[in-house]
Amino acid sequence: MQELTHLDQLEAEAIYIIREVAAECEKPVMLYSIGKDSSVMLHLALKAFYPEKPPFPFMHIDTTWKFKEMIEFRDRKAKEFGIEMIVHSNEEAIQQGINPFDHGSAYTDIMKTQALKQGLDKYGFTVAFGGGRRDEEKSRAKERIFSFRNKNHAWDPKNQRPEMWKLFNTRINKGESIRVFPLSNWTEKDIWQYIRRENIDIVPLYSADVRPIVNRDGHIIMVDDERMKLEPGEKVEMKKIRFRTLGCYPLTGGVESDAVTLDEIIEETLGAVSSERTSRVIDQEAAGSMERRKREGYF
Amino acid sequence: MKSLLKFITCGSVDDGKSTLIGHMLYEAKLLFADQERALELDSKLGSRGGKIDYSLLLDGLLAEREQGITIDVAYRYFTTDHRSFIVADTPGHEEYTRNMAVGASFADLAVILVDATKGVITQTKRHARICALMGIKHLVLAVNKMDLVGFDPKIFEAIKEEFSRTTAEFPIQSIQVIPVSATEGDNITTNSPNTPWYEGLALLPYLENVDVHTSNDTKPFMMPVQRVCRPDHTFRGFQGQIEAGTISVGDELTTLPSREKAKVKRILVTDQDRDSAYAGQPVTIQLDREVDVSRGCVLTTDSQIQEAGSFAATILWMDDSVLTPGKHYWVKVGTKILPGTVTAITNKVDINTGNIVPAERIVKNELAKCEISLTDSIVFDSFEQNKSIGGFILIDRVTNMTSACGVIDEALEGQGRLASLDTEITREVRAQQKGQTPLTVWLAGSDTAALAKEVEKRLVSSGYHTMLLENVQGESLRRVAEVAKVLNDAGLIALVTYDSSSVNDLETAHEIIGKGFIEVSVEETSETSIEEAATSVVKRVVKDVIAQSSTSISYEI
Repeated sequence: MQELTHLDQLEAEAIYIIREVAAECEKPVMLYSIGKDSSVMLHLALKAFYPEKPPFPFMHIDTTWKFKEMIEFRDRKAKEFGIEMIVHSNEEAIQQGINPFDHGSAYTDIMKTQALKQGLDKYGFTVAFGGGRRDEEKSRAKERIFSFRNKNHAWDPKNQRPEMWKLFNTRINKGESIRVFPLSNWTEKDIWQYIRRENIDIVPLYSADVRPIVNRDGHIIMVDDERMKLEPGEKVEMKKIRFRTLGCYPLTGGVESDAVTLDEIIEETLGAVSSERTSRVIDQEAAGSMERRKREGYF
Repeated sequence: MKSLLKFITCGSVDDGKSTLIGHMLYEAKLLFADQERALELDSKLGSRGGKIDYSLLLDGLLAEREQGITIDVAYRYFTTDHRSFIVADTPGHEEYTRNMAVGASFADLAVILVDATKGVITQTKRHARICALMGIKHLVLAVNKMDLVGFDPKIFEAIKEEFSRTTAEFPIQSIQVIPVSATEGDNITTNSPNTPWYEGLALLPYLENVDVHTSNDTKPFMMPVQRVCRPDHTFRGFQGQIEAGTISVGDELTTLPSREKAKVKRILVTDQDRDSAYAGQPVTIQLDREVDVSRGCVLTTDSQIQEAGSFAATILWMDDSVLTPGKHYWVKVGTKILPGTVTAITNKVDINTGNIVPAERIVKNELAKCEISLTDSIVFDSFEQNKSIGGFILIDRVTNMTSACGVIDEALEGQGRLASLDTEITREVRAQQKGQTPLTVWLAGSDTAALAKEVEKRLVSSGYHTMLLENVQGESLRRVAEVAKVLNDAGLIALVTYDSSSVNDLETAHEIIGKGFIEVSVEETSETSIEEAATSVVKRVVKDVIAQSSTSISYEI
């Protein structure tokens, strides 16, 4: 009598979903954010179709404010696995000089949400895989695995299609699209345990190292390049820190840590008392802010 | 390694199921500190006073928080030393039955709540029925608010007996009845001193220990094919998830529906070569010879698996529109999707009592016994035997809504694809079969032929069924209008070019054709190109088709 372990079941579910999309949908793309969840998604896509390569491209929405090490990692992985990696940025906004220091929450909308919509429209992708998990935030906890977007890429939480058994309905009208979240039922802990079990490579920023930082509003912000604007009185210090989530360096808070190896990182993470999105500065703006952004098309 | 238990909680708004789960997580210290802080903060801001409101943990959507009820399924994740859990908190109201069914279709076990002061009520029976229909085999009845009845064992026993009577007819494998208080915490994580007469486990320890492992791996091997993997001409493998049984290299299996025999040459479990694989695993199977297999086919060693072009089924209707016999749907069974028709509504099953009553129409959240006929035969098994090829969904061909889910009861023998439709063939039935609303587009004015042809091309390429009536010299207006009406009755969109644009003529035509008349006047002096004019006409047609179909959707050409 053989029973799948908890991780085996989650892996099987995700692979089933990824294969269903590849088999039924016209123009899928897998969004790749370079973070640990994306590393897991890429790994699952490689396993799902083996010995074939994933039959869809990957797309990174580049705000141009990502950590340098993330970009290096992205390019290295695309080459190593021989996958097609599309990089899209909101060029117009870059021309206008939109940046995370001066433009606050508008920055996230313009460089991430708008850029994502542009990228999907530009290539005509009808289905986009995302690494979202239901344990991240309360409104995401109610989102279906196959989540429909109207022609403006907006989500209607009150009118979600019923999702029965494993019978996913992938049919859409012209102009509509679907976001698919194969990791819906994974928790942060599952992601880390799976990374260890499968020996998945992740960006070195997850591992503690001595890095140049400033302390801003209680967040440890890394000074990743010369574009970092210092506030009066702020000074750059060298501290041993690591990151629990990765994004744009001026908006991603690090934590002081000595965890260098994967086991140490996992031990520190699983013993942690704070769920991971606390270190994403944008989520703390208001209760329900994530749901509002998603209605507007945020992934 | 730890196992995973997927369960749902169901009960009414006042039974306190969100509170129950919230309290379970809180007590078991399973919350992250910042979520806990958010919960306390939310409670203070909320209108329910300063006391911690555990339900806020699960009621995520803004609209729900405003209304103070749970309208969709919320998923929560937690792990104890013994097990990992995924809990789907589902709404209790009858109007949200479909949302409850979504949660139930995903779960192995259901925790049904009843209020001890009210006992087993209509909706308790409804919840048990939906759980059973969706394939749940294990139930826990949490008798909540025991503190309000003084922890009286007599009240508890009466509820327990009533519940066993209710569930006697369902194919349930285990039932546990537990007295609890969600707000006070009795029998949630540890046995309560208030119920010394209760000898079973408290709720959380029970969930940690209950065995829900199905015997899928002792059944014959069965795998629906998700896709064919062919990276190059040397490799052809069938990818899918094994739904039942085990398979080893060298085993002989049968392909369905092509009924060919072949031996297993190689098994990949994801990217690893293996000698054998078992139920639940994602695999790629290579066979020793060429077989006629594509997505939607089934590889199996099971001789019981059937094939049919029509079947009797029990469905849960989930669409805002009314179920109409004769309308075409996409039917998805396992990994197969094909067009089909609900040919007859046999009966309605009262979702609360289970009583079978005659019915001609079925509305949202109702259960129906019906007959479904497909354009081709499908491979299936009874839902009891093989959930994955015994359950199905119906997808609306215009709105793409998942309109219904159902389970196959039995094949309808001898009827095949020629099953007769148990309804009068009306204009609506003919139109629904084509997935459109019949209309007449009356293009008045001279030289409209080119425009009409362009409009027709665009409509046909978008999947509409049309017929073009070009103006024939000397043909009377009445004749042309009568023919257009007949075409509409056949469910078609008629395009008419007629060279008179006099008001009288248009009125006469409108009178004869009646519903669905669209008048387009083409000015001779108009400077717009045929392309532009066609775009505007097509927009009007699509708008009218959508406006008159039962569900409104946004549509852009």
